[in-house]
Amino acid sequence: MRTIVTDVLIIGGGLAGQRAAIGAKRRGHDVVVLSLVPAKRSHSAAAQGGMQASLGNCLGAAGDNEDIHFADTVRGSDWGADQEVVRMFAHTAPKAIRELAAWGVPWNRVARGDREITVDGVKETISEPEAAHGLITSRNFGGTQKWRACYVSDGTGHAMLYAMSNQAIAANIPVHERMEALALIHADGRCHGAIVRNLMTGELSAYVARATCIATGGFGRIYRVSTNAVINEGMGAAIALETGVATLGNMEAIQFHPTGIFPAGILVTEGCRGDGGLLLDGNEHRFMPDYEPEKKELASRDVVSRRMEEHITAGHGAHTRFGEHLWLDIRLLGADHINNKLREVKEICKYFLGVDPVNDLIPVRPAQHYSMGGVRTDHRGESPQLRGLFAAGEAACWDMHGFNRLGGNSVAETVVAGMIVGDAMADFCDSADGSAVLSTALVAEFGTRERQRLAGISNSVGTESAFELMRLMQETMTTNVGIFRHGDRLEQAVRTLGELQRRARNIGLRSAAPGANPELVTAYRLQRMLKLAQCVAYGALQRTESRGAHFRADYPKRDDLNWMRRTLASWPQEDGEKPQLEYEALDVMRMELPPGWRGYGSRDYIEHPDTARREQQIASILGEIPGIDRHARQRALMPFRHLLPVHLRQDNARLGEDT
Amino acid sequence: MKQIPLHAATRTLQITILRHNPRDPASTPRLQTFKVEEADAMTLFIALSEIRERQDPSLQFDFVCRAGICGSCGMIINGRPGLACRTLTKDLPENITLAPLPAFELIGDLSVNTGKWMRGMSERLETWVHSNKLEDLNIDTMEQPMEPELAEQIYELDRCIECGCCVAACGTARMREDFVGAVGLNQITRFRLDPRDQRTDAEFYELVGDESGVFGCMTLLGCEDMCPKELPLATQIAFLRRRMACTG
Repeated sequence: MRTIVTDVLIIGGGLAGQRAAIGAKRRGHDVVVLSLVPAKRSHSAAAQGGMQASLGNCLGAAGDNEDIHFADTVRGSDWGADQEVVRMFAHTAPKAIRELAAWGVPWNRVARGDREITVDGVKETISEPEAAHGLITSRNFGGTQKWRACYVSDGTGHAMLYAMSNQAIAANIPVHERMEALALIHADGRCHGAIVRNLMTGELSAYVARATCIATGGFGRIYRVSTNAVINEGMGAAIALETGVATLGNMEAIQFHPTGIFPAGILVTEGCRGDGGLLLDGNEHRFMPDYEPEKKELASRDVVSRRMEEHITAGHGAHTRFGEHLWLDIRLLGADHINNKLREVKEICKYFLGVDPVNDLIPVRPAQHYSMGGVRTDHRGESPQLRGLFAAGEAACWDMHGFNRLGGNSVAETVVAGMIVGDAMADFCDSADGSAVLSTALVAEFGTRERQRLAGISNSVGTESAFELMRLMQETMTTNVGIFRHGDRLEQAVRTLGELQRRARNIGLRSAAPGANPELVTAYRLQRMLKLAQCVAYGALQRTESRGAHFRADYPKRDDLNWMRRTLASWPQEDGEKPQLEYEALDVMRMELPPGWRGYGSRDYIEHPDTARREQQIASILGEIPGIDRHARQRALMPFRHLLPVHLRQDNARLGEDT
Repeated sequence: MKQIPLHAATRTLQITILRHNPRDPASTPRLQTFKVEEADAMTLFIALSEIRERQDPSLQFDFVCRAGICGSCGMIINGRPGLACRTLTKDLPENITLAPLPAFELIGDLSVNTGKWMRGMSERLETWVHSNKLEDLNIDTMEQPMEPELAEQIYELDRCIECGCCVAACGTARMREDFVGAVGLNQITRFRLDPRDQRTDAEFYELVGDESGVFGCMTLLGCEDMCPKELPLATQIAFLRRRMACTG
């Protein structure tokens, strides 16, 4: 077996992985990036509407800053997020976007003077100030108090990924394309790299590294209806889980995006609603204001998706032979706006639905979209259980999204996490911990194990079809572990998934094609996906409350008293059928923003006794230091800058704000 | 009540695929026909997935986003390069012939190595912002302003998804292996337009000022005709050729 040695191994070639690679490389370390597909084809490219960063340039963003971005994100998370990490993120996002601007991302810019916007179904004219002309502009998104989503038309992720990939090429970072990590090499709580399969030849090789980073994105493909790319099968999280040591955080926290086109589940951006688009029911009635008078179509995604499903259940959907759906109406935005700012949406409607959104309604229904959970890490991106294993982006749970992510916060997170984790890995490599001695026998042992596993599948005379079992898993997840969850249905899902795991050991292949063999790929990935699915279903079953995107019809309240806790799943028994769950408390007494009402959605929740105590404490701390600048007030409540790499700690300059 | 436009699904599609697995010494290039019952809103992504799942699990093809934005699934569809994921079968006749994109290394069946080709092109043309300001970039300060129209013009060229359809449709690329293609020339015009890139026309000339670059184009216009993103490739190449002719 060929062995490749490097300082830093990055598994995943999307925005997070490539930014982490650039960071580690700049610090003088050798880096290799593995990617299932050519890096520019990564799912980061699918981010459409925008990247959240509190630049505050355009009129709708005036007065924005890190404090508001922080508060919006914590409320969006339904207080599930790690507030220190959210602070690190909100502080670094403007730096990330300015770096990308210098790298060539053609961010849309503020144009001075009058322009027409659509707010609450009505056209208005606003006038952008002279001082902001040419600076990066932003659009409105759900769950935010300011227009904060900086964008490149509706191809934001594409433009970011290309600029990032080009910088990685400029830095001479090798990307080994069409390579899949099958297992992490580890011993005694230390990760040493991965056993990797070539998806063109089927050949196995070992990548030995001092630091290994999982940046493989989400695992939406455990669901039947998902906006995710077909490669989003969660293999990074799965191989971390299969170490039996590393934990996955909050796997039950799954986001459903309100506007997947129906029935294909392809995403149309939240920017449609941010720019003034409306949701209509089967009678073309605008129903969101009836449910959510405060934020209407622009409540957070979990809330809007639930309201949509609720409205369909109440009999107000539009009907087609595929089933029921609702409508997204962007006609009121006008041809000019759609042709310039929503052109990918227009293309998707044209090619997949045969409609023109300038004149026609778009059929939509919520579809699985994002995995808030992932490889549990600390604020630097390192696994607490497995030294030398890092994770960044959607694959990680460090944990800035809690139980619901805000739109535009994920592409922002990818780059910010890449900046922070890239440095953390460089620090690690530079430290005493980073120099590991490992035996070639260990590498060979892991290589042999993977070879035997593959041979076991290839040589099996089993009767089960990998494709059929995949379909059954996806069906079970969409039916029983969806937007509205219930104990009975979740128990059913856990049972079904257990049964599918047993059946998956009896898969027989029909094809023995030399090379990568796509059927073999499906078979081994399925076995891992079933474990992830079980983490989601079992975690959801155990969490007897409703928080963010995790909604239990039988426990409809957020329960801060019992559930101010993060779920940690591990898989200690290789052939076990369920994960082992543990819980990690979130300390209300350390929160800058104690739990409360989100400003949208349900007002009814069970309070934690510490909430009132912390609120009093905050009032008294702030009472003692009145009238000073916002940074000092923030620092008094929850210092965080010391957690960032030194070069990311400075204040961000902002129009009209002295720093 | 409004309805999604639907097509009466009564056809049995005959999908003929040019097959070859270079990893298999016994494999020779051959055509194989599969029968697929057409369904409502069926795309070639759905049809090919169904063939792999139900008829031939060894069939190789590449899909990633399945939404027309990642550029993975370029292939020859009834003689024309296009993105398979967003091609609806209802827009095709009953007999559909699929072949891998020419000009790229074959991985197997419909899967070709566009990634390797594109990375090579990027390295050769240095498709990134060249600026001495990047060395000590201060990201705590305000970004440099840019005219809003200019940002939109750059994005217009930045929309390329490197799918390879323009290369497959290019007469020069079929004759000269070293031709950078419309995809490469478009990137040069993109960075040339971008004021953040400090390269001069003389430097761009060094990269594309010969027959493997802008002077290799025979103006057959296949690139622009076949570009799934409808990029103004022919105009950009003509413009670049004029600039380069002046420079050289």
